[in-house]
Amino acid sequence: MSHSLFRTHWDAGVHPRLHHMDRGTAYEAAKLGMWLFLATEVLLFGGLFAAYVIYHWMYPAEFHAASHHLDRTVGLINTIVLLTSSLTAALAVDAAQHNKNKKVSLYLALTIVGALIFLAIKSYEWHHKWTDGLFPGSVSPEGIAFNSPEFTHAYKMFYGLYYCMTVVCTGFTLFLVRPTLGGYSTIQVRTAGHRSTIPQWRLVPCTGTWSIDLDLLIPLLYLIG
Amino acid sequence: MFGQILPMKIYLGVFAALVVLTVVTVQASYLETGPAMHLIVAMVIASIKAGLVAMFFMHLKYENKITWLYAAFPLILLAILMGGLFIDNPYRVKTVPIGKQPVEEHVSAPAEH
Repeated sequence: MSHSLFRTHWDAGVHPRLHHMDRGTAYEAAKLGMWLFLATEVLLFGGLFAAYVIYHWMYPAEFHAASHHLDRTVGLINTIVLLTSSLTAALAVDAAQHNKNKKVSLYLALTIVGALIFLAIKSYEWHHKWTDGLFPGSVSPEGIAFNSPEFTHAYKMFYGLYYCMTVVCTGFTLFLVRPTLGGYSTIQVRTAGHRSTIPQWRLVPCTGTWSIDLDLLIPLLYLIG
Repeated sequence: MFGQILPMKIYLGVFAALVVLTVVTVQASYLETGPAMHLIVAMVIASIKAGLVAMFFMHLKYENKITWLYAAFPLILLAILMGGLFIDNPYRVKTVPIGKQPVEEHVSAPAEH
């Protein structure tokens, strides 16, 4: 493994991110930065949430009917996959706190596997939406196009919000791979005899929000019927 | 080391609680109650689950006050947004989808003289 770049920084006692503060301060700053990022994420999801509330209020009957087209069992399985992923991410941090580097790598790998399973289940679900004519641009087996006026406005709103919200979640999944891998490579640096406590904080809030997002999504979209 | 170290049984216990709550919320959706009740039950359970993840998986319970502030302020902003919508929406003229607006009719017919 080539970690010579990182090792040089550490051997010189200078880390690219640490040069202007001590490690305790850097740890606190990195953690607050992560929570700040989460704040923006809550507001992003909050906008979609607000749109959902208003349209649910305007078209309650249509929203309930549209929600029946979503498979609750698939939603349940996907939630449990993401909860497991959150657990492994939390356990990766726990292992890092105990300085068990091999375990950290294992748990991070499991977290990524969870993310991939989530994406696989989502693509299965969306494929069904396409064949059933419930995806923008698709045509149902009865020959009714999603974009046609026969398909009521409320249905389009429900599915529009469904796709927006799940894209946010799916986007998170993809976005997460990067910090997770980032954490992975920096933890590898620790194996070389150095200790970094900052990267672990990158992944905790990430998987946390990710499961909280889906957690709100499932009742709103799948369970209102 | 930095950060609070939690015993393993807390992580596993919280995970078990999350899975049980997920199954409960899905099962509850099959019960014959009103749609409003469905939404209330589902949202209460979702809030409990979100709280559990934040408190234990994200270690918020063991964080200092400034982190709590960072965690709370987006929720306050969200409450303002939702509160505003709830106050505003009932007093709005019912929105009609674009292209479906009814043709304006004369409220009083012009007098014929």
